[in-house]
Amino acid sequence: MSLPPSEHAPQTGQPLGLHPPDLRAPVPVRLRVNGMEHALELDIRTTLLDALREHAGLTGSKKGCDHGQCGACTVLLDGRRVLGCLTLAVMAQGFEVTTIEGLAGADGALHPMQQAFIDHDAFQCGYCTPGQILSAVACVAEGHANTDADIREYMSGNLCRCAAYPNIVAAVKQARSEMEGA
Amino acid sequence: MRPFAYHRAETPDAAVKAAVYALDGETHAPPGAPVQFIAGGTTMLDLMKLDVMHPRTLIDISGISGGIEIGAGGLRLGALVRMGEAADHPIIRRNYPVIAQSLALAASQQLRNMASLGGNVLQRTRCAYFRDVSYAQCNKRRPGSGCAALQGMNRQHAVLGASEACIATYPGDFAQALIALDAEVEILGPRGTRRLAFAELHRAPGERPDVETVLAADELIAAFTVPAGPWTRRSLYLKVRDRQSYAFALASAAVALEIAGDGDGGAVREARIGLGGVATVPWRAREAEAALRGKALDEDSARAAAEAAFAGARGLEHNAFKIELGKRTLVRALLEATRMEVPA
Repeated sequence: MSLPPSEHAPQTGQPLGLHPPDLRAPVPVRLRVNGMEHALELDIRTTLLDALREHAGLTGSKKGCDHGQCGACTVLLDGRRVLGCLTLAVMAQGFEVTTIEGLAGADGALHPMQQAFIDHDAFQCGYCTPGQILSAVACVAEGHANTDADIREYMSGNLCRCAAYPNIVAAVKQARSEMEGA
Repeated sequence: MRPFAYHRAETPDAAVKAAVYALDGETHAPPGAPVQFIAGGTTMLDLMKLDVMHPRTLIDISGISGGIEIGAGGLRLGALVRMGEAADHPIIRRNYPVIAQSLALAASQQLRNMASLGGNVLQRTRCAYFRDVSYAQCNKRRPGSGCAALQGMNRQHAVLGASEACIATYPGDFAQALIALDAEVEILGPRGTRRLAFAELHRAPGERPDVETVLAADELIAAFTVPAGPWTRRSLYLKVRDRQSYAFALASAAVALEIAGDGDGGAVREARIGLGGVATVPWRAREAEAALRGKALDEDSARAAAEAAFAGARGLEHNAFKIELGKRTLVRALLEATRMEVPA
């Protein structure tokens, strides 16, 4: 396969060319978070988690391990739960990002999952809670919350060092009923 | 994490062209692989943060769509299909349960929502000496530096397929299903597409554990194809680990059986077996398969097959338990598969 040189060149309109002169120079990154546009200038290495916390001022998503092992940074991309710490911010462009700050209604009414975590005392220190709640919202939406065993299996990516697991299962069940009834 | 050039490719061809272009710019032999494709990023960014991998160019292929095609001849899984999508696919769950289970029992739902199938089979070992750059010795990370695991903490390490240079375990689950089902891999490169038996994709460590696959730097996995067969429905993946979920296998078995009369003590016509958590590469247990062929599957024949599978196993200070655990895992998987209710 032989191609004219122009076709080997980076496509225009991309976030970056292949060999920009300074790899440390900030690049423009547009993120849509909780319905709001954020135009950021970021080092290309910035993860979605760091972009949210350090550049968009949204500190609800937590950094636990920063290596995809704890789930504290769980956010939704177009409704799919993913780990912010293992997602490059530049690769999250074009998606609707939902963080814990975007879950409550405009009037401040809590999402049924947030209310259920309060009702069932599904946390102690609270550090894992934003990730737990977003993960749980997606778990119900995926149809993976039908039994206690399913909830435990499909929530296993969210660790809770306070071991509030039984209460988290109870909270997910309560919210599931309300979300499915809604 | 070290800085890198980033390029987003919208098609597989564009990704390969970008790789060729970026590799052209690498005028001297760099340490490690200087140009990498990134899809889910779940291995790549983890290892870049640890400074185990430090590509100078990342080519983002996450925008390329994958696809699942199912026909009478078998299954075609696009490399960019996410693990979670294939794990939940109703026809894969029914007709190829070993594939669906190997994916569903791996990682967490967040990671399965991110990770691509192509990236999954290329995930790197979890060997602590590979992942921690403060250890000077790792032949996989620094060729020729030695292996700290041989005399170190080697509880999670391989008992099959190891060499004096490397005993790191291949960590994946999906690969064991692919190798058991005789899958092929479609590889796209600058000179077009080539096809390879999945069993030929990974290289045993030998003296060069840093070279893990036969892929060239400008080649991209495009898809996996799995041939249909009477054994795919009577198949399962059994995974034994330190905790019940979200952990790598200590031992696992992917098995697929064709039994005369479809169960009820009939003779084994065909047995396909992959073993995980115990070997340096995705592992096909052909000796065990041969031991079962023509026999009724019961506790004794399953145990004999397991003995054959691990006849060449070698245990070290902390991982010798995996030999017996691996045998028992295979026995249980075979007996459970024999008892499966297979949909008509």
